[in-house]
Amino acid sequence: MKEILKKLNQKRSQAVIGGGEKRKESQHKKGKLTARERIEVLLDEGTFEEWDMFVEHRCSEFEMEQQKIPGDGVVTGYGTINGRLTFVFSQDFTVFGGSLSESHAEKISKIMDKALQVGAPVIGLNDSGGARIQEGVASLAGYAEVFQRNVLSSGVIPQISVIMGPCAGGAVYSPAMTDFIFMVKDTSYMFVTGPDVLKTVTHEEVSHEELGGATTHTKTSGVADLSFENDVEALYQLRRFMGFLPSSNKEMPPTRKSEDPADRIEYSLDTLIPDNPNKPYDMKELITKVVDDRDFFETQPDYAANIITGFARMTGSPVGIVANQPMVLAGCLDNNSSRKAARFVRFCDCFNIPILTFVDVPGFLPGTSQEFNGIIKHGAKLLFAFAEATVPKITVITRKAYGGAYDVMSSKHLRGDVNYAWPQAEIAVMGPKGAVEIIFRGEIGDKKKMDQKAEEYRERLANPFIAGSRGFIDDVIMPNTTRKRICRSLEMLKNKKLTNPWKKHDNIPL
Amino acid sequence: MFKKILIANRGEIACRVISTAKKLGIKTIAICSDADINSPHVNLADDYVNIGGNTSAESYLVIEKIIKAIKKTNADAVHPGYGFLSENVSFRDEVNNIGKIFIGPPSQAISLMGDKIKSKEIAKSANVSVVPGGLDSIATIDKAIMEGKKIGYPLMVKASAGGGGKGMRIAFNEKELRENFTSAVNEARSSFGDERVFIEKYIEFPKHIEIQILGDQFGNFVHLGERECSIQRRHQKVIEEAPSPFVDKKLRDKMVDHAIKLAKAVGYYSAGTVEFVVDKNKNFYFLEMNTRLQVEHPVTELITGIDLVEQMIKVAYGDKLNLTQKDIEFSGNAIECRIYAEDSSKNFLPSIGRLTRYIEPKGKNIRIDSGVVEGSEITMFYDPMISKLCTHSSDRKSAIKEMLNALDRYYIEGVQTNRDFLSKILQHKNFDDGLYSTSFISEQYKDGYDSYKDDIINKDVLYAVATFVNFQYLLRAASISNQLKGFNKTVGNIWNVIDNKKNINVKINYNNFNNNFDVYLPEKHFSIKSNWKIGYPLFSAIIDNKLHYFSIQRNGPKFKINHKGSMIDLLVLSERHSELNKIMIPRKKVDTSKFLLAPMPGLLVSLPVKNGDSVDENQPLAIIEAMKMENIIKSDKKVKIKKINCKEGDSLEVDQVILEFE
Repeated sequence: MKEILKKLNQKRSQAVIGGGEKRKESQHKKGKLTARERIEVLLDEGTFEEWDMFVEHRCSEFEMEQQKIPGDGVVTGYGTINGRLTFVFSQDFTVFGGSLSESHAEKISKIMDKALQVGAPVIGLNDSGGARIQEGVASLAGYAEVFQRNVLSSGVIPQISVIMGPCAGGAVYSPAMTDFIFMVKDTSYMFVTGPDVLKTVTHEEVSHEELGGATTHTKTSGVADLSFENDVEALYQLRRFMGFLPSSNKEMPPTRKSEDPADRIEYSLDTLIPDNPNKPYDMKELITKVVDDRDFFETQPDYAANIITGFARMTGSPVGIVANQPMVLAGCLDNNSSRKAARFVRFCDCFNIPILTFVDVPGFLPGTSQEFNGIIKHGAKLLFAFAEATVPKITVITRKAYGGAYDVMSSKHLRGDVNYAWPQAEIAVMGPKGAVEIIFRGEIGDKKKMDQKAEEYRERLANPFIAGSRGFIDDVIMPNTTRKRICRSLEMLKNKKLTNPWKKHDNIPL
Repeated sequence: MFKKILIANRGEIACRVISTAKKLGIKTIAICSDADINSPHVNLADDYVNIGGNTSAESYLVIEKIIKAIKKTNADAVHPGYGFLSENVSFRDEVNNIGKIFIGPPSQAISLMGDKIKSKEIAKSANVSVVPGGLDSIATIDKAIMEGKKIGYPLMVKASAGGGGKGMRIAFNEKELRENFTSAVNEARSSFGDERVFIEKYIEFPKHIEIQILGDQFGNFVHLGERECSIQRRHQKVIEEAPSPFVDKKLRDKMVDHAIKLAKAVGYYSAGTVEFVVDKNKNFYFLEMNTRLQVEHPVTELITGIDLVEQMIKVAYGDKLNLTQKDIEFSGNAIECRIYAEDSSKNFLPSIGRLTRYIEPKGKNIRIDSGVVEGSEITMFYDPMISKLCTHSSDRKSAIKEMLNALDRYYIEGVQTNRDFLSKILQHKNFDDGLYSTSFISEQYKDGYDSYKDDIINKDVLYAVATFVNFQYLLRAASISNQLKGFNKTVGNIWNVIDNKKNINVKINYNNFNNNFDVYLPEKHFSIKSNWKIGYPLFSAIIDNKLHYFSIQRNGPKFKINHKGSMIDLLVLSERHSELNKIMIPRKKVDTSKFLLAPMPGLLVSLPVKNGDSVDENQPLAIIEAMKMENIIKSDKKVKIKKINCKEGDSLEVDQVILEFE
């Protein structure tokens, strides 16, 4: 027995060493933690249950049979974050550069299968040079096995990817199919084709960072949701983030106690909307003043900032927030913002997270670039997402709700449960100026008359009462009571049941 | 008594006047510009008139508009507050002409004291001490020496056409005067093309001390002691106190005597202030008389218990003063801090924006005169003063202490403020000793003040607070639903606080005996009790039996703590995680030297450069208008313009990139 135990310990320590001290040091020199260190930061202390520590690859090409390291470049298992079950895999760059072998993929698939069975999230900490070339198609098969599981798990359990090193070629498609992607600044990058190939094929010269760094993906491409200063910060924020998500689609999102009164009145919201309808204001002030403890976890803050998405709590229970941001592009809907918000709405709907929508939208952004890039289909995505969502949906129109964009933004007609408007709301087909220029086209030169007509239009049509008179708005509320009214609505909707007709799946305009 | 008065002002002073009027049972009418329509002074008044416009020149300075408002509302009298039309003779006369009463001094007093030269002449003839010397030019050394004998040393030779210190020479004796006179003349000639110079007494270690007087229409006068207002930046007062730590009874008696002599000489009535400059030998000289209510009047009210606005209203109505000098008792010390929306680290540039979060300190020794609420807008149209925070206590030391606490409890978000700078000044040894002159700020804080760069002496308490707050957050995070059984979810009690490169080991324990938390640092122990609620930006706690206040912002394990005028960034991690954190490489700061960033929010009035221009050092790159001021942004080195990101007429946010250099 003693001998066996000795052997076990030997095997274990061999696995823990991974690629060895030298490689570990070089990982540290880059400011990166090792796979196991990352798990230590992510999970509650001492809760990690590791699986498949002794798995080795089965490759014998190119003398690979002489290099076997137990664990084979990925650490897998489960543990807890604030006591809640989470599965995790963490790629080990110190072992074969974190490259994905057949057995490496099997390890990942194994925890994914179990996570799906027990209904718990999977977190992937990605740091891999790509496919294990020596294994050829077996490695590619491994990727596909993971992809298939990503797809089957999608909408059943939350899947989160953190890119903490290279992630290139086919490897990008697993994170791409997960729900959220976090990146670490300076040390991570993602692309399908790297700078070297790019140079030979298209003669474009571009750095790793420019092509696929955290800034590129959080600002330009929108591939990633958030980026962080370093590994520790990314993992700490991920812990915070997981607190908003249920473990699976069969659970309600996790609650915790809140000391923030549900009936908190915020008088300053009464002056949030400027007197001048063309002056912007910061929608985030409204969000932070409405949610618990002013704590708002924003996703994709730097991408399509004309729409705000993110998570917060109301009286301790998570909500997803979608809001137009008048500070950016006047809060217009465009291609990027429609896609950003649509995906967010669908995530919330998958995981029983009620959706709060704050509306101040002057319409869709006009222009050839928008039309040529398919605003028709992209805009339809957001419309589709709101319309199919069956979670509690509460909408507050703070100012403008013009045209088709009014319909899109979780309107009553798309099964909005509670639709409120602030007294300053203007719900109409378009703004007064544009409207009178169409209605009184013949008199467009008479500025005085046009102004007068515009004022008349504002009086008669651009207000919340027409919509109110038809029941499209449930109530016109004082801005200072917004939190109270939303909290009550959420309580009322707690047991909401609504199902869509049976279908294999929908056909959202992709 | 008046039935109804109109307040021809805005902001805190309008609110201040309204509150006294209410106390006296007088109805109040506010006026407001379009920009002020949501302001508290409008809501506080019984009625209001929107006089339109945005800038002062379009609104509060337009006599006709205000006269029209008086007529329309049929107010009996007008209180002008301070600034705007408060010392405008035509306005006062207009008010009289329509048969209404101006709550303030008579016209002649306003006009005589409003003229720099005339007021000095009157003061001289009334035997009030004025700065010796004069505007007559002195042509030769001999004449200069004769003048020097008359005035006494030290003295200053100044260029008649001068400014900016050029052509200015100080002489402490006749020898120095001989040496310096010619060079002053030469410099005057070369700098201004005008060689005329004059000689004036040089005031060493000047202090700005003023006497508050009060008179009625029957020639009765009292004084309400002095205020010291030497703490100034850009020639504007920021901290005032009463009584002055520098003034003794002998000096006070002399100064009030001169002040009342002057007031009598111009037939003054109502409240007024006579400003003096006092040198280090307690010689004092008349500067000017302010024929209105002063901004800093609250400190006088606090130490005397007299409501100056009430007295002004009664005197204007024609009442006799109900006070004699004997009735006026002085008690304790009062300090006023003017809270400005400005950036102390960027040459006190105004900072504008919406007060997204605004929590005023309250307490029995605190008086706060403000004209804003959460959600108010600090606009570029008016003075960026947010409020006047005053404390009053039995002695000066404790009044300072109260003020430091009050500043810590004052939470303002949305604009930059001078709160931290004020706190720092109050902790300065020279302030504590009462030994400060009008050049205190320009000498001690040449480059302004940045609360981040300040070296904090007692950081231990900040480490303890960060640990405590972090612990509360983690306890709550660990209280989430749907937890697994059999897995550790307790929150550890040993933490590392990381302050830059320093790593401090901290232990936190709940103490069952006294319900406090014990926080142990390597060489210190704190006992902390707090009923702070998570998410509230002001953290208050009884630490070792004393109540302290901190502003705290948290983002995950990162904390920003602000206390006593200093700001610190801390990271709180478990021991193991802090080990791992050492591996992290601090990210390089973005190089901003290749960009021209907007130093303040404002309007880009002019952009005198083009793409590809080569620009010399000190050449203007952009002109930004903010708070009625045009700020010329100059290049600090030779540069070539690579890219222009803004155009004239754009409104800029702070730190917005205007230009890029090559």
